[in-house]
Amino acid sequence: MSADLMFDLTVFVLSLLVGFEVISKVPATLHTPLMSGANSIHGIVLVGAMLIASTARGPAGYVLAFVAMAFATANVVGGYVVTDRMLGMFRARTPQPRKDGES
Amino acid sequence: MSGFDTATHLVYLAAAAGFVLGLHLMNSPATARRGNQLSATAMAAAVLVTGAVLIHDNSITATGVVVLIAGAAVGGAVGLYAARGVAMTAMPQLVSLFNAVGGGAAALLAVNDLSSGPSVSASVAVTAALDILIGTVTFTGSLVAAGKLQGWIPSQPLVFPGARALTGVLAAGFVASGCALVATPTHRLPLILLLVAGLGFGVTMVLPIGGADMPVVISLLNAFTGTAVAMAGFVLANAVLIIAGALVGASGTILTKLMADAMNRSIPSIIVGGFGTGDTAPVSG
Repeated sequence: MSADLMFDLTVFVLSLLVGFEVISKVPATLHTPLMSGANSIHGIVLVGAMLIASTARGPAGYVLAFVAMAFATANVVGGYVVTDRMLGMFRARTPQPRKDGES
Repeated sequence: MSGFDTATHLVYLAAAAGFVLGLHLMNSPATARRGNQLSATAMAAAVLVTGAVLIHDNSITATGVVVLIAGAAVGGAVGLYAARGVAMTAMPQLVSLFNAVGGGAAALLAVNDLSSGPSVSASVAVTAALDILIGTVTFTGSLVAAGKLQGWIPSQPLVFPGARALTGVLAAGFVASGCALVATPTHRLPLILLLVAGLGFGVTMVLPIGGADMPVVISLLNAFTGTAVAMAGFVLANAVLIIAGALVGASGTILTKLMADAMNRSIPSIIVGGFGTGDTAPVSG
């Protein structure tokens, strides 16, 4: 086992542990936005798609790179926009009960 | 390590920290939107610095640049249009579609790596096989989940005669072809068989699950995609993919558990689906 692989494995396991700890007591209303937010984060696959586009040679490689780029960009752009819309809706709804309470 | 490499790695590290903090901020309604914006900023930084690396390396062909930009333009336009235009009630299925393409992209990275390189090391072959398997299962599984929520596919548990046997055959198929792929990473046949078995398994895994359980299933598939992306990070030896992927894989699993608990359901009974323990159980609660 190479030193690089060992290092990658260490990073992987520690990141898993961070992932287990980073969300804990989430209110049920935030479950869907949080799912959507995590969904956007795995859009980091876009970085990988860019890297394979840089090494692509020949038609098959270009087709693979194009599809990977399109898929990953849709994941990133759509994911963040839709999460923001969900959370915007969330915030817009919260002031209303407060107003009712004041009046 | 040159100054440029150092700067690149520091930006990747900052992006990874941004993802962790962003996800953490999304725990609470007051800070959730800020968390998402932080995470988006981190993503933009990671993508920009990758662009800088490509320019700096100067190994990309002119066609490669066109392909990269065209792919980004098409994906970005579709993603933006879908995310802006979707009705509020249709958001879960849209998230599922984005999850599907993310998983598909992760699988394609490994396919590309196996089909382009003349030789592949054993550790890369193992992670590439896992990446392809998890990525393809997520791709079709998420498409079926989205179809069920949208009503394109009947939302009741679909169990046809021999469905269980077919799932078993597909599972055996991906184990066998996965092992064959690890043994002979550059051969085409095990790669194609693994792709077919993974794509088929995604369908037969989600079809027997009822529509009411779909949000939990989407969350589970989301965690799968995260893991697939981490595997892609091993294949490409890119730490930020490993960190972000593992982060989503682990937090997605916890979130799946929380969602299942909130619905008074257990994850195993959801996955088994269609066995009668399914949609009738919550009535007692």
